[in-house]
Amino acid sequence: MNPRLPITKTPKCYVGGAFIRSESGRVTPLHDASGAFFANIPQCTRKDLRNAVEAAAKSGSGWAKRSAYNRGQIIYRLAEMIEARSAEMIEALQVGGQPSARAKTEVAATVDRLIHYAGWTDKYEQLLGNVNPVSSPHFNFTVTEPTGIVGVLAPEDAPLLALVSLIAPAITSGNTVVALASTSQPYPSIALGEMLATSDLPGGVVNLLTGFRAELLPTFATHAHIRAISGVANADERKAIKLAAADSVKRVHLLKTEETHDWFADSAQGLYEIRDLVEFKTTWHPIGA
Amino acid sequence: MSTSAHAAFRRLFHEIGTVDAVGVEERVAKFATRSIKKKSKLFGLKLAVTMVDLTTLEGKDTPGKVASLCQKAIAPHEGIDVPSTAAVCVYPAMVKHAKKHVAGTSVRVASVATAFPSGQAPLKTRLAEVRSAVADGADEIDMVINRGAFLSGEFSLVQDEIRQVVEACGSSTLKVILETSELETYDNIRAASFLAMQVLRPNDFIKTSTGKTSANATLGNNQVMLEAIRDFYFETGIPIAMKPAGGIRTAKQALQFLIAVKETLGDEWLNNQRYRFGASTLLNDLLRQIEKERSGNYQAPYYFSEAAESY
Amino acid sequence: MAAKTHKRQNSRATARPSVAQPRKSSRELIFGDLWEFDPAPETADPKLKPRYDLFINGEFTAPKSGKYFPTINPATEQKIADIALASPADVDTAYQAAQRAFDSVWGKMPGRERGKYIYRIARLLQDHAREFAIAETMNGGKPIKESRDFDVPMAAAHFFYHAGWADKLEYVAPGRSVKPLGVVGQVIPWNFPLLMMAWKIAPALAMGNCVVIKPAETTSITALKFGEILQEAGLPPGVVNIVSGAGETGAAVMNHPLAAKVAFTGSTEVGKIIMRSLAGTDKKMTMELGGKAANIVFDDAPLDQAVEGIVNGIFFNQGHVCCAGSRLLVQEGVAEAVLAKLKNRIKVLRVGDPLDKNTDVGAINSKEQLGKIRELVDSGVKEGAELYQSPCRLPAKGFFFKPSVFSNVTMSHRIAREEIFGPVLSVLTFRTVDEAIEKANNTPYGLSAGVWTDKGSRILKMSVELKAGVVWANTYNKFDPTSPFGGYKESGFGREGGRQGLLDYGKLI
Repeated sequence: MNPRLPITKTPKCYVGGAFIRSESGRVTPLHDASGAFFANIPQCTRKDLRNAVEAAAKSGSGWAKRSAYNRGQIIYRLAEMIEARSAEMIEALQVGGQPSARAKTEVAATVDRLIHYAGWTDKYEQLLGNVNPVSSPHFNFTVTEPTGIVGVLAPEDAPLLALVSLIAPAITSGNTVVALASTSQPYPSIALGEMLATSDLPGGVVNLLTGFRAELLPTFATHAHIRAISGVANADERKAIKLAAADSVKRVHLLKTEETHDWFADSAQGLYEIRDLVEFKTTWHPIGA
Repeated sequence: MSTSAHAAFRRLFHEIGTVDAVGVEERVAKFATRSIKKKSKLFGLKLAVTMVDLTTLEGKDTPGKVASLCQKAIAPHEGIDVPSTAAVCVYPAMVKHAKKHVAGTSVRVASVATAFPSGQAPLKTRLAEVRSAVADGADEIDMVINRGAFLSGEFSLVQDEIRQVVEACGSSTLKVILETSELETYDNIRAASFLAMQVLRPNDFIKTSTGKTSANATLGNNQVMLEAIRDFYFETGIPIAMKPAGGIRTAKQALQFLIAVKETLGDEWLNNQRYRFGASTLLNDLLRQIEKERSGNYQAPYYFSEAAESY
Repeated sequence: MAAKTHKRQNSRATARPSVAQPRKSSRELIFGDLWEFDPAPETADPKLKPRYDLFINGEFTAPKSGKYFPTINPATEQKIADIALASPADVDTAYQAAQRAFDSVWGKMPGRERGKYIYRIARLLQDHAREFAIAETMNGGKPIKESRDFDVPMAAAHFFYHAGWADKLEYVAPGRSVKPLGVVGQVIPWNFPLLMMAWKIAPALAMGNCVVIKPAETTSITALKFGEILQEAGLPPGVVNIVSGAGETGAAVMNHPLAAKVAFTGSTEVGKIIMRSLAGTDKKMTMELGGKAANIVFDDAPLDQAVEGIVNGIFFNQGHVCCAGSRLLVQEGVAEAVLAKLKNRIKVLRVGDPLDKNTDVGAINSKEQLGKIRELVDSGVKEGAELYQSPCRLPAKGFFFKPSVFSNVTMSHRIAREEIFGPVLSVLTFRTVDEAIEKANNTPYGLSAGVWTDKGSRILKMSVELKAGVVWANTYNKFDPTSPFGGYKESGFGREGGRQGLLDYGKLI
């Protein structure tokens, strides 16, 4: 009797709540730590990015209108999905060559990060917004609103934790995300997509692309509907992104590749990561009978 | 409030629109920043004099007091060129005395009636009072509306009573006092203005106050009523006149009210057929400022007869 | 009579929209000259100097190049003074002074003491309020009524508000500490010269930063006069440096390597240029850029107050306001009534000598701006919109433009899309709430919006849906130091005013 031939998984990107291959049909072979062929990873193009932005735009207003409590529960649910499938995620990280202990720590930290932001959804507003005591007979209050579609550029280190650390504060306040995963270690983003799909997060809120960074960065920077860029970039990339982002007055929040970032630390999360990706809206109304 | 009264309010406000209080007050604050100088000031002051309904409404009024009031209305100040006031305004019992003194002049006799200031008498009594004042020669009747009925949503009752007073007036001019302080909100003031205007004749008045409650004419309620008059005029072509009363004591205030008229209803309301001031002490301050413009010197109050302050 | 009026009342009980709509032209009101106002010019002495030098390191300093440029009164086209032209070398001197002041004095000073300096500035500005108001009006063309009652007191209020923050910075960012950035470079526009300066300087100083600021080319006088206030307040030299000039000076201020942050208020076009020029740097930025605000009037709105808000929204400061309500969206049922009321209101706007206390609409800030307004108005006429202009008479000299209203405007007209920055209103209509929201948001701008309705829940719905940093509901063009101001989308980012604006001048630690 022949041994059973195992079924290999075809990695697909999670875009608009569906699993896609690049419209170009291009793939990049991914090798595991031992150098053996592991799978073909979609090599997304600017058209895939455009489609992802369309998906994000479609889901955006609905996601932003979800109650804070509901968004919190959904992000919590995502943490549950990853926790429950942590063995699978640890394996996904190990494809990139991470030792199992480190992979385990990263998955745990990722789950904890999501729990952290799940708890923020109904609290950040109370700290970032306020009532303003204007000197005229008006009631005046400042609230936050999501900026819109956020382009996330994940770094090469901590391919799961960093990606999630950048996505989570964005979706906490109701933004939608189009993220480009680590080029060298894209596979965890494929696994993350599969967990997002079962997390109650509406399709299109988080869209995960894999591909060549140099090819996609210009489109991230110039696409006028992407309202903010959040992530990690080197000096040349930062300059190129900011230059192109000026055309649509995009908000750019980029950490430097040349500096080290401890994604595991508590300082890599919090209120001000959320603040970077919101707009402040101030409303006035007369007080009179 | 009963369901039907509530519905009545809803219908009325839906029809005539609402007023934002803070917005009104911002608008009128701009009138107060107007700077009126020299000739334009003198013009405004004299215009204001011609618009005064010189008023005495005291329990202690006597024919003698009314006589001197009439004299003051006809010739407000000796030695300077000042026009007469529009009218004297007295209680019904004083109409016949006033009538004697103003005979042959342009000064008209106005009488408060309808159980002024509360209006809390049977309609029959109120109408009888109007007819009596008219019979005694009152050229103008200042009535009060039934605020109780208004506040309980009985709009048709309010309007019907006004209509009956119009009839009782015969050819005399009617001024309908809304008593704005008791209506409280600008919305109510606008609504009451419309209720009255709908049964008034051209150049009948709507009027802010009796002067007998805590709050009287303000630039704010004046503005709401002027805008109601304007909207009603656009809609029907019927020009209604306006009288703020009570609380306007200084020339400066009077000019601010007149600027409101100039900028809201325009030139055709800048005369005493369409605009009046119900006031007692205002006249002397107008005279004082007119004299100051003429002489260049600030004036002491005791230069003017019937001055309220004698310090 | 009674029977007749009774009948009339019954017949009109049906529909609301009939209210206030003139059906016959004979019902026009006459806003004539029966009672014309005498001129009431403000005559106090603004105490101006014939020549203004740069304010660097606490001293008025001649520009290294020795170059000056004239500044005029746009209402008379007469020269007022010569203004020093700062070269990049002067800007560098200013930055060096600012950095020295930051390192040696200001950055180390306890917040309590810093606050007292800022309080002093507020008080001194109040002391000299009239001078500043007159200078502002002479140089910028805005009515004295506005500079006296709005610009100057509001500028003082901004200093007073921010002074109190200086020793309370630990409350600005919950959970974190903040510290100053260092030296900030600021470039401000010509529409509110002194007030924009206050918006920029006050929070920067409260946070502990030092400042290099460039006023607009056409309106430098009050900025440089403000240097006199700083001297009177005894502010340590170099904490605030004021460098006048045009585009080249501005570029030098924005691009100086010592600038830890730049803050710019001006057009979206120039904002984008600055963003590009700073792309290779790590400077923080705040951008307050253009706008094309929708002012939305629903059929249940308090119409007279809405009209007042429309007028205030577009004719305040001759419409030279980035958040001007330049697109009026009015619900079809009341469009005719609103337009009729608006025209009557415009008839009593007094246009002319900005120094006259009764002037409501003053002079256009510059010949260049007047040309731009005329060009856009011509385009509106060519594209088929219907133009109504105030019947006012304009002065023979100076730059003036009649308050103007375009009706029959569609979303594709240039006058509905481009920022005119003048007293020109474009009126569009809508039928439903969704249509109003769509039209309002159909613009790359997102600075401000207005909503007029009597329905509370609709106000909140509109406030949520409108993509704008400031939403004025049943009011318009209101400002306060406690109230954050700034845009969405291509109207910029960052806020000025309030706790949010203050934090944009600090670094989280």
